[in-house]
Amino acid sequence: MPEINLLEAIRQGLDEMMAQDDRIFIFGEDVGRRGGVFRVTEGLIDKYGPLRVLDSPLAESVIVGACIGAAMNDTRPIAEIQFADFIAPAFNQIVQEAARIHYRSNGDWSVPMVIRAPYGGGIHGALYHSQSIEAFFAHVPGLKVVAPATPYDAKGLLKSAIEDNNPVLFLEHKKTYRLIKGQVPEHDYRVPIGPAEIKRPGEDLSVFAYGLMIHYCLEAAQSLAASGVSVEVVDLRTLRPLDVPTILASSRRTGKVLIVHEDNLTGGFGGEIAALIAEHAFEYLDAPIVRLGGPDVPAMPFARSLEDAFMPNPQKIIEAMRRLAAY
Amino acid sequence: MTTELTMPQLGESVTEGTIGRWLKQPGEPVAKYEPLLEVITDKVDSEVPAPVAGTLLEILVPEGETVRVGTVIARLGSPAGAVAPAPPEMAVQPAPTEAGLLPRAEVIAALSATPTPSAPAHNTFLSPVVARLIAEHGLDPAGIPGTGQGGRITKQDVLRFVAARDGATTSAPAQPATPVSAPVPAMAPAVAQVGPAMPGSQARSVERIALPEDAELVTLSPMRRRIAEHMERSVRIAPHVTTVMEVDLSSVMAHREAQRASFEQQGVRLTVTPYVVQAVATALGKTPVLNGSFTAEGIVIHRRIHIGVAVALDEGLLVPVVRDADEKNLLGLARAVGDLASRARTRRLQPDETQGGTFTITNHGVGGSLFATPIINQPQAAILGVGAVVKRPIIITQHGVDAIAIKPMAYLSLTFDHRIADGATADAFLLDIKRALEAV
Repeated sequence: MPEINLLEAIRQGLDEMMAQDDRIFIFGEDVGRRGGVFRVTEGLIDKYGPLRVLDSPLAESVIVGACIGAAMNDTRPIAEIQFADFIAPAFNQIVQEAARIHYRSNGDWSVPMVIRAPYGGGIHGALYHSQSIEAFFAHVPGLKVVAPATPYDAKGLLKSAIEDNNPVLFLEHKKTYRLIKGQVPEHDYRVPIGPAEIKRPGEDLSVFAYGLMIHYCLEAAQSLAASGVSVEVVDLRTLRPLDVPTILASSRRTGKVLIVHEDNLTGGFGGEIAALIAEHAFEYLDAPIVRLGGPDVPAMPFARSLEDAFMPNPQKIIEAMRRLAAY
Repeated sequence: MTTELTMPQLGESVTEGTIGRWLKQPGEPVAKYEPLLEVITDKVDSEVPAPVAGTLLEILVPEGETVRVGTVIARLGSPAGAVAPAPPEMAVQPAPTEAGLLPRAEVIAALSATPTPSAPAHNTFLSPVVARLIAEHGLDPAGIPGTGQGGRITKQDVLRFVAARDGATTSAPAQPATPVSAPVPAMAPAVAQVGPAMPGSQARSVERIALPEDAELVTLSPMRRRIAEHMERSVRIAPHVTTVMEVDLSSVMAHREAQRASFEQQGVRLTVTPYVVQAVATALGKTPVLNGSFTAEGIVIHRRIHIGVAVALDEGLLVPVVRDADEKNLLGLARAVGDLASRARTRRLQPDETQGGTFTITNHGVGGSLFATPIINQPQAAILGVGAVVKRPIIITQHGVDAIAIKPMAYLSLTFDHRIADGATADAFLLDIKRALEAV
């Protein structure tokens, strides 16, 4: 199996799906000739032409709104939001329209569309190029929210998202684009939306994370193994629908839970996971459920030292794991 | 105002630190973030900055001494300064005003340090899983060595203790066996263990009985005693009558099969019981007298419907109560029943959760019993027994033609207080339940 990075895996996924199904098109800022700001769509305009790889105006509400209309007319649009930070103008289209049309029309209509959005920090991108936005959208029934961490999962989940008959918000951690490499089979495969994956089995505590944080958690778990602490790392992969049975089973087995996300703590997605565990696995808990997330400051700071202070990293995760293991 | 400076946590595994050198002496002014002392740990030597500007008032830990993380090592005064050091019990929390600005790790360190500092006291907190395991295995937490924070008993500690005990049981019969293994003989050592610990009330009644040879005495547990008193009283005061009907549970079973997965997704196991609770709650709405209590002055009819569901335990019976059962949907009932039953089994019910029932359901069918004559749970009017669900050939009539069909059938036994209701009322009530279950 060839080893490729996460960005290439997404590009391959787009390419292979577009080759199979000519209803699929890409719409976003600079996605055409420029190949996208991260070069994810590079080369696709040459292969599929300017009618299937379309440059949009700088108006996210239009990107998503136009894709909703197209999706309801027998196409399969893939909207690219250049940075997840810019998704706010499209919030109304995504939440009020895309997520509800299937329900509102009693199942007569659906919006088979994917919204790709690079999110997350650690790349020195400062306030407007580093945000984590998953909690806003994972709150919305009718919307699926996917956040893969590995090239294999990214490609397989992207294909499932494109084939899904309802809107999927596909979150790509931009730091993983070129940093994370992995083996991706050449054959056509899918990773289903929904199931989490235990990326590393362990006995003493369960860690739930997604995106870049999975890699930091795996690194932390690896270094703790030397001191005899066995950590189970569960990659949620999909935030909505959430794989509650896997979360509960792991929590019940280990009795100690750490939830890690880069998004700030208050109202973050970790709160939902913690609540589910507290509600359904209370009698199996051997320690308070611990969350590790970004601090409640208004945005990712620019200064390197402050960005480092904001981002959870393997060292902070190791400390949290150690404290929990020792509790 | 005085600020206490505590030994900081300077690394992920560091639990204590040694004062290397004080860089300021008492009476000297310090600026905020100005290095105040050096701390030596097994990993690094670090300078510790002053958390606030002020005057170093007092050094509490001299150079070269090692203390645990969180121990107060010095006091700082504010620049206004002439304030005498606050007495220790009034001392301010470690710089709470700074919390929002401190890096997260320091905040967490500060928070997690709070329970540990200078607290030699044994940490007796039992986590949920530890409390459950201790209850399940009938253990005394005082006898289990704790290896967690502050000597807390961890889940692993309990599991190790149980494994060691079970290992020892085979050679040492004096140890109580786990209750599951063999119900009757297991009681004896359990009692023997309780006996010496509680010489008072338990022992008194024992002395009056001439125990025949080849017999042994099982003293009454408090639960057994309460059950005995309650049953005896109920039979004595209320004329019991039991009426039985047969119910076809096909539609309940089909509905349950269809809904099981979606309930499970919400963490709820769907059994037949919530359907029965729902049917009973609805029927009580139509026949409120059976939601009543007999008193000398009249029948007290309860407006709210609280349904008890009997849960059998090794040592007796508990009846946790589903409150306002008529206001819950099937999911809510299934969740409540499942939650109460599981907590009843792990002895984690709150005392008021077994109080205030206005009607009781007993699932005697779980043991295979077809029908029964349950005893009323006083001061209620009636109790419904649900028998085993058994597939039986029954005759059905379709379009005027009789045919034999195989149906999952169960007997419903309703015992009612004849002072409160007559047979016709009770039968109409039971018929409502039967119809509701057949039309799910």
